Amino acid sequence: MGRPIRFLLDGAVRELPADTDPTLTVLNLLRYDLRRTGTKEGCAEGDCGACTVALGELADGQVQFRAVNACILFAPMLDGRALFTVESLGREGALHPVQQAMVDHHGSQCGFCTPGFVMSLYAHRQAGGASDAGSLSEALAGNLCRCTGYGPILAAGAAMGAAAEVPGLAEALVAIQPVEMLETGHRGRRFLAPRTADELAAVLEANPEATVLAGGTDVGLWVTKQHRVLDTVVSLNEATDLRRIDDLGDAIRIGAGVRYADARAALAGLHPEFDGLLRRLGGPQVRNMGTVCGNIANGSPIGDMPPALIASGATLVLRRGAARRELPLEAYFLAYGKQDRTPGEFVEAVIVRRPEAGRVFRISKLSKRFEQDISAVCLGLSVGVADGRVTDARIAFGGMAATPKRATACEAALTGRPWTREMVEAAAARLDDDFAPISDMRASAAYRLAAAKGMVLRAFLESAGEAPRVLDAQAVEA
Amino acid sequence: MADSGASSPLPVLHAPVGHDSAPRHVSGEALYIDDIPEPPGLLHLFVGQAARAHARVSRLDLSAVRAAPGVVAVLTSQDIPGRNDISPFAGDDPMFADDEVRFMGQPLFCVAAESLPKARAAAALAVVEYVDLEPLLTAETALAAGSLIEDSQTMTLGDAASAIAAAPHRVSGHLAVGGQEHFYLEGQVALVIPGEAEDLHVWTSTQHPTETQHVIARVLGCPDAAITVEVRRMGGGFGGKETQSVQWAAMAALAALKTRRPAKIRLDRDDDMVMTGKRHDFEIDWALGFDDDGRLRGADFTFAGRCGHSADLSHAINDRAMFHADNAYALQSARIVSHRARTHTVSNTAFRGFGGPQGMIAIERAMDAVALSLGKDPLDVRLANLYGVAGDLTPYGQTVTDSVSREIMEELAVSCGYRARRAAIARANADAPHLARGIALTPVKFGISFTTTHLNQAGALVHIYTDGSISLNHGGTEMGQGLNVKVAQVVADAFQVPLAAVKITSTRTDKVPNTSATAASSGSDLNGMAALNACDQIKARLADYAGETFGATAEFTRDGVRLGERRMSFRDFVNGAYLARVSLSAAGFYRTPDIHYDRTTHKGRPFYYFAYGAACSEVAVDTLTGESRVTRVDILHDVGRSLNPVIDLGQIEGGFIQGLGWLTTEELMFDAKGRLTTHAPSTYKIPTAGDRPAVFNMALWGPGENREATVGRSKAVGEPPLMLAISVFSALTDAVASVGGHRVMPDLDAPATPERLLAAIADVRRRACG
Repeated sequence: MGRPIRFLLDGAVRELPADTDPTLTVLNLLRYDLRRTGTKEGCAEGDCGACTVALGELADGQVQFRAVNACILFAPMLDGRALFTVESLGREGALHPVQQAMVDHHGSQCGFCTPGFVMSLYAHRQAGGASDAGSLSEALAGNLCRCTGYGPILAAGAAMGAAAEVPGLAEALVAIQPVEMLETGHRGRRFLAPRTADELAAVLEANPEATVLAGGTDVGLWVTKQHRVLDTVVSLNEATDLRRIDDLGDAIRIGAGVRYADARAALAGLHPEFDGLLRRLGGPQVRNMGTVCGNIANGSPIGDMPPALIASGATLVLRRGAARRELPLEAYFLAYGKQDRTPGEFVEAVIVRRPEAGRVFRISKLSKRFEQDISAVCLGLSVGVADGRVTDARIAFGGMAATPKRATACEAALTGRPWTREMVEAAAARLDDDFAPISDMRASAAYRLAAAKGMVLRAFLESAGEAPRVLDAQAVEA
Repeated sequence: MADSGASSPLPVLHAPVGHDSAPRHVSGEALYIDDIPEPPGLLHLFVGQAARAHARVSRLDLSAVRAAPGVVAVLTSQDIPGRNDISPFAGDDPMFADDEVRFMGQPLFCVAAESLPKARAAAALAVVEYVDLEPLLTAETALAAGSLIEDSQTMTLGDAASAIAAAPHRVSGHLAVGGQEHFYLEGQVALVIPGEAEDLHVWTSTQHPTETQHVIARVLGCPDAAITVEVRRMGGGFGGKETQSVQWAAMAALAALKTRRPAKIRLDRDDDMVMTGKRHDFEIDWALGFDDDGRLRGADFTFAGRCGHSADLSHAINDRAMFHADNAYALQSARIVSHRARTHTVSNTAFRGFGGPQGMIAIERAMDAVALSLGKDPLDVRLANLYGVAGDLTPYGQTVTDSVSREIMEELAVSCGYRARRAAIARANADAPHLARGIALTPVKFGISFTTTHLNQAGALVHIYTDGSISLNHGGTEMGQGLNVKVAQVVADAFQVPLAAVKITSTRTDKVPNTSATAASSGSDLNGMAALNACDQIKARLADYAGETFGATAEFTRDGVRLGERRMSFRDFVNGAYLARVSLSAAGFYRTPDIHYDRTTHKGRPFYYFAYGAACSEVAVDTLTGESRVTRVDILHDVGRSLNPVIDLGQIEGGFIQGLGWLTTEELMFDAKGRLTTHAPSTYKIPTAGDRPAVFNMALWGPGENREATVGRSKAVGEPPLMLAISVFSALTDAVASVGGHRVMPDLDAPATPERLLAAIADVRRRACG
């Protein structure tokens, strides 16, 4: 069945047989099949970055470098791409500038997380990333180090120098670009990667039981953590027409294959609040693989994107075969683990509207840790104010119910009322009617409710310029 | 002595040289156990876990497991030829649960199969039935039920009760302090290769090769000498591989012995977090009596530590909490009570600080409360009570003679602008009511030595080859802390040879036997001195040789060996010694002098010396959500005469950030049935790069020099800096107190998550208004 998986490793073409296990992880491929053991397993869930590798991908004829987690990347997803591991860079005695900077600045102690940091820095450098402390810290948000306290690694990043082109890489990538759908199989299990949205629609219609794979930042864990056996995996990552972001004037249409990292600028162009959200959504490795639509499609009650998108009035485009339907995003979430999506149907795009000028539009996320953490509570708030009164309000929360959900009682309490602290506090109190959140390891029910009220009040105070954000806090000047 | 014209010593002993493995760390060439090429016939192990916190196993049917594809052996307690006990000393920790399950996740059996997926799939086929028993999950419920790992301990100095009662002022409070997962990036792993007869070679990621050897011999019922344990490096340890690495190596050893095939065990992150112990969480009651100036008259502490289902090292860990209930302060009189709760949870274990952090945070909380009650700056209260200022006698009877706390704190307060910033924060808090800021400057005084006195010994093995290269082996293990490079610096300095001439080798029980764990911050102190002793033995032989052969003393210089007027290369000199039949190999030994401790009375001199430091932290808290940030940190730390400044600074920064995690974002959660719900990095949050404060200044304290005769007059550095992060907790307390105008003392437990901070803020508001 099918053809080999074809990718570049250290610039040379490598092939994996057509019967490669569809959910073989790149980490296991590297460590146990290719004996490249520099790449480490720290958590097998894309949360520690010890397995970070860099992918080179063609985009408009240019090579785009991305740091990704090899532990939740399936081997067939390498097709048509260039893979770089820590072994690709240099050896003792002939270190790459990134590696040398890590040595010079004492960026390793136990050394186990180190190859992952090297590769995150390398990908950041190759992508032309900035070398200021904030940019470097953001580039390393997906890598955990338990020894150094990070200072020496940040110093290494500042000293690692600018990108160096990998000669011949673009040409080599062009040469291995697939022209037909990848179809691999292993003991009756299959991996299919259609190359267009139409082809994808046809494949899913024919295989309604298939697991739809986008970035794999969720599905990957079904395999590595839940040890599930997936029979048919249909990847939408190779459908190039789903990678598009279309400007619709007062809105943008984000295709199913658009990854967070690629959507960030477009969403930030709608409103700067989206930039702050995406800064804290996962780490770079997650944003480089995960998709905006995937964050919606999987129906998680704690996905970071839905509350803000619901507040902005986003609509979802679902497709089955040739048939498309569009529905308000909030209508997609029916109940815990249940979405308005029929077998064979897939999320094709989300249409995100630009908050109108003058509206109060705020996104806030609450978690134990600022970076690479899952929301305890996430708020999207969009309030129209005219002549000091609220004309309409769209307030949506994640982490407060079994699905992302609008706070209808709170919204109603605001609508038509003066946009004042007193009224906002009164409306926030109505969240008690909107939500009965659960207690779990992220937060207690009582805290979720109390903090949700604080977040709504904070949105008001920020709109009045009265409440600086703790994330922006700097040390006092004496 | 060198005369005029003699060269200066080789700049190696106190030099800022990087980690010896760094070039291999960054290139991926450094080998960890799972990177070693897998030998043919390797078996992969997977552990079957108990699904109850406390139960009797009424049925354990493993027939389907044994019949599953790829399974070669299934091992239970019935397969153990020796003793089913992996405990360090108490004899209470089975490798596999027998009939009673004592925590959720306790190993019941393990599967050895041709591949890890096959072993895992087979394990899922086990049929286990339980008769549920009531679990004791918290220290509180265990104490109420009288469930302890040993009798409660009491340490007293004078009559604290009377002193507190008679004092002009009294404050008291309760503090709950959470545990902490080690989160070494490399999980527990071992590879065992069978040799002839009952011989086994054990590669394992452990801080304690000797104990691994002894426990495997105990479990297998074979002599210690049959077992060789080897450790090249760990991907992090932090105490989590002091005892709790042993069980997995022992399982792999049992599988290798039974099957005569190599066996590997590697716990994945979730299994590791569920099945291995953590830092003890504590419940602490405290009361202080003091005068109008905040000077202490007496202190009373009651600690309750959750030990888990077995003793592990909990005796010594809880002892160390007692030893550090004074931190840097002369308590004048004290009663320190320590309860050690036996619970139906995973057995808690060593973690950087070893109980010290829990003891120290209590007195720092109390200091904040004293200051608040008197309306004083907490720094002034702290300074007034320091050893060297207010007294010198500890509650355990040791006299503090080396305190430099005052010097360090006063220097830091000036260099970081503490007083002016405290005033600026008060102004900022008045201007921004939704952002509460706080600041605190706290000291650390940490006792150095294993408090179990006999552990304070070490061995080393030094060979000089005839080409002048030197092979260095010692009993310490490398977990990233830079021990190997420090000891190599000692040896290079002894012979005045370049560092590159000293070959660092893996730690092996067949080279240096009967070693202590690399723990208690003691690695460089003990192994450095043992290596120096080995060098001195060889040098003594070489001195005799030089006298006999050249009629001169041998002086080792950076330019070779000086023999009176002669000069000779090190290589030619040692080769000549070889030809003259002089042994160029020595086993060095060291034991820390002058320490003793009587645990029955809790009196003695348990510590050879103390390590000191201080940190000032500034924080901001969102009063609407409880989110917080550390905006600035300044650290001044005493490492004596640093053996290696860059290694020491790495320990200080890393320790501080680890302590920051313990007190802020790292929260272990167990559900009502005793299941750990935070068992992966998705739910358990250690600090990321973005949590490192934007302003982070640290320095080694310039005048630092150990008064004791340690190697190079250096001081231990592994653990003490972790407790510098208590300054963050005090700063957060200060920020929360500001919400109530510093009129009421915040009731803030650790870790100070957004949830706890918001609750504390609400509580302060309520009480301050009431």
